[in-house]
Amino acid sequence: MNTIADPAPSTATGAQTPASLAARPAPRRTGFARDTAAVFVRESRPLVRDPFSVLFSLVQPLVFLGLFGPLLVGAAGGDVAGTLQWFVPGILVMVALFGTASTGANLLFEMQTGSHERTLVAPLSRNALLVGRALKEVVPLMVQGTIVVLVAVPFGFSVNVPGLLLGLVVLAVFGIGFGALSYTLALGCRNRDWMFWMVHQTLLFPLMILSGMLLPLEDGPEWMRVAAAVNPLSYLVGAERALLAGDFGAPAVLGGAIAALVTCAIGLVVGVRAMRRAR
Amino acid sequence: MPREARDMTKHTHAGTGQMITARGLTKTFRSKGQTVEAVRAVDLSVAAGELVAFLGPNGAGKSTTLRMLTTLLPATSGEATVAGCDIRRDPAGVRRRIGYVGQGSSGGHTQRVRDELHAQGAFYGLGRRETHARAAELLDSLELGAFANRSVQSLSGGQKRRLDVALGLIHRPELLFLDEPSTGLDPHSRANLWEHIVELRRTTGTTIFLTTHYLDEADQLAERVMVMDHGRVIADDTAAALKESLAGDRVTLGFAGRADASAAAARLGGELDPADPTRLVLTEADGARALPRHVRDLTEAGLDLLTATHRPPTLDDVFLALTGRSLREESARAGGDEAAEQAAA
Repeated sequence: MNTIADPAPSTATGAQTPASLAARPAPRRTGFARDTAAVFVRESRPLVRDPFSVLFSLVQPLVFLGLFGPLLVGAAGGDVAGTLQWFVPGILVMVALFGTASTGANLLFEMQTGSHERTLVAPLSRNALLVGRALKEVVPLMVQGTIVVLVAVPFGFSVNVPGLLLGLVVLAVFGIGFGALSYTLALGCRNRDWMFWMVHQTLLFPLMILSGMLLPLEDGPEWMRVAAAVNPLSYLVGAERALLAGDFGAPAVLGGAIAALVTCAIGLVVGVRAMRRAR
Repeated sequence: MPREARDMTKHTHAGTGQMITARGLTKTFRSKGQTVEAVRAVDLSVAAGELVAFLGPNGAGKSTTLRMLTTLLPATSGEATVAGCDIRRDPAGVRRRIGYVGQGSSGGHTQRVRDELHAQGAFYGLGRRETHARAAELLDSLELGAFANRSVQSLSGGQKRRLDVALGLIHRPELLFLDEPSTGLDPHSRANLWEHIVELRRTTGTTIFLTTHYLDEADQLAERVMVMDHGRVIADDTAAALKESLAGDRVTLGFAGRADASAAAARLGGELDPADPTRLVLTEADGARALPRHVRDLTEAGLDLLTATHRPPTLDDVFLALTGRSLREESARAGGDEAAEQAAA
């Protein structure tokens, strides 16, 4: 019962402190950029340590490419290369959609275990906590997008390299915004996993189908075309199709860039506000 | 940004020797028309270098108080200065100076142990070389070296808890908050964690403020115990003084039946044990001397006495005397103020 027998520093005056206290470093001030970098590095580390985790969210897009693609070729009656030229850019957008939509689940888990709380007690700017996480979405997205294109090339998909690079940039901008929205959803759901996944599932497939990434919407009913017109993903799909074909001057490119920028701006604003309210 | 930006002016508490002072700290949660007063006008002060335990049943408001002091929750009213910084006006200053080990496991489960320490160093603005050296030091002193390259999710409960402590210490804080540090650990891991905490105090003089609902933890570790119940601090003293205040040993007499126990209570006074009314509990200045006397008297009176024991008072007796309830039984019940917090937020 006497484990506290060690000589305690005098509590009456607080003057008597062990010598090592003098060596205690003064607290450091950090800024937004440094905090964002620190959060980004932490979030990216598991990807570096376990690169195969990047492939996990590629499974679904590759299944669509491998199983839906051939059906599309058969239904449209076109040649494989031509169909891929139309289909692969949509799959790239799908990669960005699936990859970033579920990223909030990581935050949800960290909110439940206590590691999010640890970052809230650390002297990190709240904005950096959100922005650093959202920026991290870019890393797997670039790798995944490149893999999808490389998989399609042997089947006759021809790629315009500058177009692909620009297309990936557009996707990255969109991914930052959509990832931020996913984090916002997680912050709102707190310990209600079911709510996160319900919203996720409810939105994901309508967003995907109403973007025209799988099947053209031109032949769909009027209401579907209206829905597509307000879906930022349909602009993104149009932009990717133009860019990967090397058509830099197409109006769709501008539309897609604007859609990505708007998604990014809304995601970051909403996400930062949610993070500032986080407990 | 200067990497080694020093900030010496804020160390105002160094003059007063106070690490934590709080006045009228209050937290009220509102949800669905209900108001929960989780913390009611708590005053407290912790001097630099102290190790103070905040003891109380689940739901007493310990964690809520801690979360206000660590800037995780805004206080409804009242004020507090932590490590020289006002929790309302300078929460960032508080965060820079304190270490905090929450109730949960704070390492990201897909992260590796060493990576997480390195990330934590960057969060506190430590330089790369300094972070790496400090991480190596903590891995060694908290016996985590062998797991440095393992993922956090592969660690045992005790190992995770030691990592939590290491993460809380990366920036050598002058004040460390520990929220229920040993809850859920097996006895061996608990003892091991206590050793590390005591060692930390011995070598660095870090001020430690911990919450616990383990009586023995408060009794053995802390120089001072603050007892909290229903959002109020109801006692604040050394464990020894709190126990002395009860003036006496606990004598417990067990009878064959309730009637005999009641008859004995009528003769000797004392209280029947609410958990087992065939037992009579008495407070005696000297239990060892009182016991044979009671046994003789009761046997002569023809009462069927089965057991007779005496022991020095515990903090549970203190809690019982203060509240009329046993902390041991309270703790056995589920609940927790963080559950109330979740519901109310």
